[in-house]
Amino acid sequence: MSINATLIGQMIWFALFIWITMKYVWPPLQKAMADRQQQIADGLAAGERGKHDLELASKRSADTIREAKEKASGIFAETDKRVAQMIEEAKGVARVEAEKVYNAKLAELDQDTERARAALRDRVGELAVAGAEKILRREVNAAAHADMLAGLKQEL
Amino acid sequence: MASGEIPTTSEYIAHHLTNLKVGSGFWTFHLDTLIVSGALGLIVFGSMAVLASKATSGVPRGWQNFFEMVLSFVNQQVKDTYHGNSPIVAPLAITIFVWVFIMNAMDLIPVDFLPTVASATGVHYLKVVPTTDPNLTFAMSITVFLIMIWMNFQVKGIGGFMHEIFTVPFGPKLAPVNLLFRIVEDIAKPISLSLRLFGNMYAGEMVFILIALLGVWQLPLALPWALFHILIITLQAFVFMMLTIVYMSMASESH
Repeated sequence: MSINATLIGQMIWFALFIWITMKYVWPPLQKAMADRQQQIADGLAAGERGKHDLELASKRSADTIREAKEKASGIFAETDKRVAQMIEEAKGVARVEAEKVYNAKLAELDQDTERARAALRDRVGELAVAGAEKILRREVNAAAHADMLAGLKQEL
Repeated sequence: MASGEIPTTSEYIAHHLTNLKVGSGFWTFHLDTLIVSGALGLIVFGSMAVLASKATSGVPRGWQNFFEMVLSFVNQQVKDTYHGNSPIVAPLAITIFVWVFIMNAMDLIPVDFLPTVASATGVHYLKVVPTTDPNLTFAMSITVFLIMIWMNFQVKGIGGFMHEIFTVPFGPKLAPVNLLFRIVEDIAKPISLSLRLFGNMYAGEMVFILIALLGVWQLPLALPWALFHILIITLQAFVFMMLTIVYMSMASESH
């Protein structure tokens, strides 16, 4: 075990291997590892962000649903009120209309009745006069009873 | 084995602890250390480089997953200890951990397997575990030491570094003592770093060799020692890496 020129040869080997490691082994592997570390960190951050976004979104959707519900129930109430109002209005209009029709019919009926009565009165008068004429032609002077019949007609 | 004869115990041990050499004097090269450590490094760092070039930042699969695990483990240690921003520290720590680990792991291959294969092809000596060669551990610790010195200059500047050397820990009045302390402290770093790794692996290998001498009794013993040795292999790689990070961190902190 003596020290000799092998030492120099071994130093050259050692220097060569340090150089290989320094130039060709360490930088690319270190870069690969650092890049992977960065990717993993980015991935985790993205996941965290996604979770946060999901939370926000679900809160927002709950808010939206609640708002919609409130709005819908408001619309329902409004509609009910409107419907009731419209029914009331329709009822009022119908009542007024019905009264109008009823009154018109009533008036018409009155007129008809009046007309019929007048016609009837005329006919009865005529009939009575005809009957009386027939009786009186036999026994009484027509002119003498005309006054009395007119007074009777007035009373009817 | 060197020859067909059955070796004695001490011959067997000595044979296992002899490097495959070329050259003489200082210019001796341990071919087994150089080739095994170089081949392991080229395979591991080459495949890591190929894999890194295809690395995806999407879902990692298979080997990318495994290497990312190792690299992020080492990088975590670097981040915890070293607070400067030099781009060399993390790759340095990764290189040390992976390379030392894979070289130590050669210890788990049965001690006679590779030497027997090698001797069949005409290579008579083969010390398989490169970290049992102090040339390798010193080469690594000296390289770390040089990077440490360079980092001192880079972070603190020449003036700041000199000021630290001469004034810490006792103040400017005791400058020579401070310098002496600093020299001892800094020299101790690479020596302890390399001898720790060398000693642990050498001793572990020695135990494997001794167990291999026990004949049939090696079977119940080799497994527990191998299992225990997995711990030492990992621990020594970790300690070398960790201390390197600590030294780098000390080099880049100003007082």
